[in-house]
Order: sequence, then C-alpha cells, then structure tokens
Amino acid sequence: MEQFAALLDALVFTRSRNEKLRLIAEYLRATPDPDRGWALAALTDGLDFPAVKSSTIRNIMKERIDPVLWSLSRDFVGDTAETASLLWETAQMGENGDSAPPPSVSETVAALEAMNRKSVVTELPALLDRLDPSGRYALLKLATGAMRIGVSSRLGKVAFAQAFDVSVDEVEEYWHALTPPFAELFAWAADGDAPPDIANMPTFRPFMLAHPLEETVVDMADYAAEWKWDGIRVQLVHVANDSGGETRVYSRSGDDISATFPEMLDALTIPAVLDGELLVRGNVQGGEAGPDKQGGAASFNALQQRLGRKTVSKKMLAESPAFVRLYDAMVIEGEDVRALEWQDRRRRLEEFLPRLPASHFDISAIVEAESFEALAEIREGTRDDAIEGLMLKRRDSPYIAGRKTGLWYKWKRDPLLIDCVLMYAQRGSGKRSSFFSDYTFGCWNGDPDMGAELLPVGKAYSGFTDEELKKLDKHVRSKTVNRFGPVRETDKSLVFEVAFDSVHESKRHKSGLAMRFPRIHRIRWDKPVHEADRIESLRSLIRD
Amino acid sequence: MSAPFSWIRSEPWGIHVVPADAWVDPGKAVARALVTHGHADHARGGHGATVATPETLAIMKLRYQTGDGPSGGETTPVQYGETIRLPGGVDATYIPAGHVLGSAQILLEHAGERVICTGDYKRRADPTCPAFEVTPCDIFITEATFGLPLFTHPPIEGEMAKLLERLAAYPDRCVLVGAYALGKAQRVIAELRAAGHHQPIYLHGAMEKMCRLYEEHGVELGELRLVADTPKDDMRGHIVIAPPSALNDRWSRRLPDPITAFASGWMRVRQRARQRNVELPLVISDHADWNELTRTIEEVDPQETWITHGREEALLRWNQLHQRRARALALVGREDEDE
Repeated sequence: MEQFAALLDALVFTRSRNEKLRLIAEYLRATPDPDRGWALAALTDGLDFPAVKSSTIRNIMKERIDPVLWSLSRDFVGDTAETASLLWETAQMGENGDSAPPPSVSETVAALEAMNRKSVVTELPALLDRLDPSGRYALLKLATGAMRIGVSSRLGKVAFAQAFDVSVDEVEEYWHALTPPFAELFAWAADGDAPPDIANMPTFRPFMLAHPLEETVVDMADYAAEWKWDGIRVQLVHVANDSGGETRVYSRSGDDISATFPEMLDALTIPAVLDGELLVRGNVQGGEAGPDKQGGAASFNALQQRLGRKTVSKKMLAESPAFVRLYDAMVIEGEDVRALEWQDRRRRLEEFLPRLPASHFDISAIVEAESFEALAEIREGTRDDAIEGLMLKRRDSPYIAGRKTGLWYKWKRDPLLIDCVLMYAQRGSGKRSSFFSDYTFGCWNGDPDMGAELLPVGKAYSGFTDEELKKLDKHVRSKTVNRFGPVRETDKSLVFEVAFDSVHESKRHKSGLAMRFPRIHRIRWDKPVHEADRIESLRSLIRD
Repeated sequence: MSAPFSWIRSEPWGIHVVPADAWVDPGKAVARALVTHGHADHARGGHGATVATPETLAIMKLRYQTGDGPSGGETTPVQYGETIRLPGGVDATYIPAGHVLGSAQILLEHAGERVICTGDYKRRADPTCPAFEVTPCDIFITEATFGLPLFTHPPIEGEMAKLLERLAAYPDRCVLVGAYALGKAQRVIAELRAAGHHQPIYLHGAMEKMCRLYEEHGVELGELRLVADTPKDDMRGHIVIAPPSALNDRWSRRLPDPITAFASGWMRVRQRARQRNVELPLVISDHADWNELTRTIEEVDPQETWITHGREEALLRWNQLHQRRARALALVGREDEDE
C-alpha cells in the first residue's frame, strides 16, 4: 500500500500529462501481480465497495472527534477522504499503539470487499490504524472510488500501453472482457502470453471521433452530412454465447452503462456492434429536422433524468423510454465492417435496420445538400432542440479509432448568448476549494429602472481562465452582502455574458426557465447591470 | 478601583494598553507601539516610539526605517527576560516566542493582573531563535493560524530529507523552494546545513539583506549566492530559495528546469499545494500546530484565552469543550503570512 500511496501523492502533485503517464507506467512495471491490477482498477474507477461511502467515513469520524471540529476541518479541506486521513491521529489521540504492518493493495481490496454496512464501522478504522497519512488517504480514496487526482480511465489505459509497449486500442478492446485485477491483460502485455480471448465477449471498441470544422470548407461530393443529435453517444454490443447471448451499452469514454438503460439490452439480440446517439422519447421536441420529419426525441433535459443511475424504476422506463438513433456500425451480424468505406457501411446498416425493433432503433437521416453553402443554410435554419449541429463524414472513410484529421468533422450550432447579473457564489470543490467558483446569475423581471428584480436563471462554473477566476474570487469576497451557509450573496454589480445551448421551461428556478450547458462566455467588468437582459428576452429563445 | 482587566482592550487595529496609551502590534501608526516580531501583519513603520527586542528593531529598521533618523521615531530595545516600566504603572516583559529571529511574547502586568500577547509562536526547536517559554498569566492572547485539528506539523528532519532526496534524484534540475523572506527562508537554510548540506544555496534578490541580518545576529547560513549573479547552468543540482510570490512568476524562467517546492504549514492539505502548482510540498511551519496550540493553553492555564487571528472558530470550540473561557478578537489586517 505504501507504493500505491506514494504513486497517488506523486500524481496529485504532477501537472504534466506525460509525467503522470510515466509515473503510472513505472508503478505498473515495478509492482507485482495482483497489486498492480487492483491499483490500475482503482485509478480507472473500476472498483466499487458498496459498504464504504463518504457518509460512512463521516460517521466514523464523528464518533471520534467533535462534530463541530470535524465540520470546520472538512470545510477547510474540501474533501472528506483527505480530511479524515489528516485528522485520524488527532482523533485517535495517540491511542493507536502497536498495530499490524501496512496492508498490501490486494489485502486492502479483499478487506474492503468483505465489509458490510455493519462491520465497516470497526474494520475500516482497523485498516486506517495500520497506515500513515498518505496511506490513509490512498485507502479512503480507493474505498470510496472517488480518486479526483486528474487521472481519467483513458489515461490509465494509455499508461498501461506505455508501460509494456503495446497498442492502446488493443488495450481498450480487451479491457471490458476482463475484470480486476486483469491477470490476463498483464500476462499478455508484460509476459508476452497470448492475448486475452475476446471472441465471444461483449467488449468495447474505441469510437471514431470528429474534429471541429472551424474554418474548413468541404466538397459535398466527398462528404455526407447528417444531424448531430443532442443525446449521448453510445456503443451497443451484442455477442452470442453459450448462455444465449449478452448485450452491453458503453458510453463514449468506454464505461459500461448497461444498468442505466436496461431496455436497450433486450432490444439487440443479433451479434453486432452499433454506434449511435442514445435519446429518450417523451415530451416531443424533435419533430422538425430533416426532410422526412425525423424526430421523436425529447430534449436533453429529459435524458439527463436518466443518466448516472445504477437502477431504473419502472415509472422512469415508462415515462422516458430510451432509443438509439444509429450513426454507424463496426460489426454487423458478427462481421467486422470497420475496414469498409463509410458509404458501404451505411448501406449495410440501412439493410440491417429492419431486423431491429423500430421501438428502440432508427437511423440518423442523411441531410441532403448540393453544396456546402446550401448545407450552411440548412444548419442556420434548424430550430430543432434535439439537434446539436451537423456531422460531416468522408464518404470513403473506414471506421478508425480516435480523431483522424480530414475524415469526420463536427459542425456545432452557434451557442446562444445572454447578459446576466452575478447574484450568488459558492466555493468549488477539490482544486478549487478555496475559490468562489460556482456562480448563480439572474435576469431582470422587468425594467430595472422601474424597480424590477433579478431572478436566478442558471448556474455556471466554467468558461473562464485561472486568472479570471482569481479576479472573480476577489470580487465575490469583497462584494459579499449576505451569507447563507456556504452561499455568498453579492452586491449584484457584475455582468456575465453567458453562453448556452438551449433554454427550457422549468419549475426549478423562480424565473421558470432553465438553461442547458450554460458557461461564462465573457466577464463584462465594464457593463452596467441595468443593461443586462430581461427574463422575457431569455424566454423568447425557447425553441419548440 | 476599576473592573478587572479594564486596562487592556481589544480594538480592531490592535491590543490597547490603556494606562500606558501603548498598542501591541498595532495595524496603524500610533504614539507608542509594543511589537512582538517583524512580520508585516504585526510590525509597521511610522510609530512615534517602538518597543521591541533588539533583533526585531533591526528587522524593522531594515524594512520600515524604524529608528532610522528623525522620521523613524524613537526605539526602546528590550532584551529577552528584561522588564521595562511603561507610563501608567504597566510593566512589560519580553519572553522568547520561538517564531522568528527576535520574536517575543509580551507579558503585561498592571494592578496585580498578568496578560500575555503571544504574537505568533511555535513550540518546535529552531536554530535561528530561542525557544518559546511557557509563562503563567491571567489572560493569554494567542494566535490560531493553524487552529484546526487537521494541522499537525511533521518533524522537520523528514521534510529536509524529502527535499535533499529530490535534489539528488534530479542532478540536471534545481529545486526552487518558496519560503517567506523573514524567518522561514533562514530556518530552511540553517536546517539544510544541520542536515549536512554544505553546497552553495542560491537566493532571490529579495532574500539577501534579511539573510545578512540573520548572519550579523550570529545565525550561520553557510555559502549563499545570488541567482542574479549566476549563469543558469551553474544552478543545476542546487537549491534556490525565493519568496512564495516568485514561484510561478516570470522570474523563475532564469532557473534550470526548476522543481517547485513550498515550505509552509498549509502544504499539509494536498489541494492547497495543487492550487499553487507545487510539486514538492514541504510541511514546515513557524506557527504552533493544533496540538501545540491546545497544549500551550493547558500549560499556561490562564483564566481566559483571547484568540487574535487564524482559524479561531475551532480553537474557540476546543476551549468550550474543555470548559475554558475564551473569546475571539476581530483584529483587522492580520493575514496568513504564507498566503
């Protein structure tokens, strides 16, 4: 556990991505199995110990230290695991005398797996007693699964590939066929054994991605256009095996989200790997796009209710059923079609579509345009809320993992802009725990010169530079007029130009409106607040 | 007969010693100032008269021209352990606080009542100044910079070992240590020497005069050189010390691929170190940590504790839990000097 703790500490204090990769790769080479496999799983968020939650740690601590002192400490640090790791000795008041030597990573994982809600209260403290502050931090991060050390699961896979000089795309393909501690993966990469057998495994295959179009102009003879739908990109995989077959749904980052969308598992029963946009039906807003009036998708807001859930209620399945609008295919009826040109894959996909249930699948329509100029006009003209923009795909492009220049482009719709006034601010978490970095802003409910009030319309915590964050933090601290717990009310003297993708009716805010993906576009230090926009201006931007 | 302790008052800009019309560490210019130590949130220029240890007066002369010429005001040096009589029948005794060179707790006695203002203090050994002395009193006016139970400073030897290990591991780079110009910088240098590091140490220009002043007061710092006088390549494999503000500044571009370290008690919290882009956090503090703050209150065992600045809420809570009387003072202009 000491080496793993040292690795985590080094990762926390390392800024450079290359240096992070080097540190992880070095650890993976130097550490024996199965410790390194468990560590890799921990770094890539692949471990889950249901008995240990943040609240578990909080409760354990509150039995050992005055709750007020705990809260003051937690507020200062901004992270429960780190606070507990630092407070442990003080909380024990030196009572932890002779305890066993530090546990290994595998021993730790085994102990955590064996814990239940009741036993955790005594067993987790026993483990904590055997570690120093760095070790305790590592243990609690491992146990709660929230590393937040700037290592994505992708970075972990790249580091693995670097450590043993293998292809990261291959690693991605084997990854989901295996489970921690990934013995076969290490045997293949580190010891030169045969690659893991994934023949009948529902594994993830790396997505083909697009570059932003920006100033590029393409010839429509070489490129096909289709809508970029505003849901989440998914990969559906079905394989046949002895037990009848298995289906999985993967997110763009290669996370297995099958449990979140169980209705899709029954919908695909033919061996295939399909690439598409997952959307939900419901309060239909997407009826306008394309010549065949393709639609039927609810706004992203409706989809958002279903994201991130480990179990789904029947009610939710009935109210917001999911479906996939297909873009492409990697495997059709067991045949890998990635090497084919896009137009051939598209034809194969169109032929395959009737074999899929129409309730759960349709295909993203091709947007016909004679010229690039004509396409630009179509893009300008769309008001459909379920559309994020256009995709441009080279007609002869094979399906290649990653972002290869010149093959696929995304051409997003321009964001909407509105001037709002900063009303409340709250501290960020993690790296931003000492900064007021989460902002709530509002618009006027009438003429500000005639006594109108500001009503909150949204919240944002991105879109500004670190330099700007410092200035904003200073602004909040010096312009605070009221405190409500962690929330600071400011004197409402600063205008933000806020960019957002769309706006909807919502009961969440007093203004009755909610924005999708709002971010700070510009800070208008110069603009007088009475010139900020009114609620009715924002309301007029609702597309339906 | 006036009410007990009515002769000592807490005002926003300092502690007022009423019969003497003197102020402890005032935040504005006053006729008579009693100064605990030379840090900017305790010492300032422009006082009519300044009463402090000779070392603190030397630091104030360097920084604020205190006692230097007619505009610098009068100065009264007080040795450690010495008592001087102030107007109005108030006795002031200067007692080592262990914070930086010249730092003192000030014991004030009047009408049989004893009040101590600690200024800033620590309980660890420091080669650059004499150790804190526990002194009984009725009212103990303490700092609380690291007044949260999560702050327990590790032994400095381990932090020095971390620094020297990193230096040895990267012979083609230098380690840039951010350290406050008064106190921390000299302590880090002296501790490096004690750990057997006798290579030249390179200084940011803002450090030079204060290091010389320490040497004049008998603190050995070994061979010091200025970054400004040195070609980049000569600093490979060496330690460079600069004020924290220079760490991520353009100034550091003249250094050979520096590894950024920061010597501060705040470095105990990972996210604090990350915010400052620190790669090598060194938990070294010139303040008492939580256990030392609470142990000191127990040892001094005053009737009442006043808390001047820092994380006063938590220390207040501790006093409450231990049935000790305490109050937090709202002094202005006190800052966490490392930030």
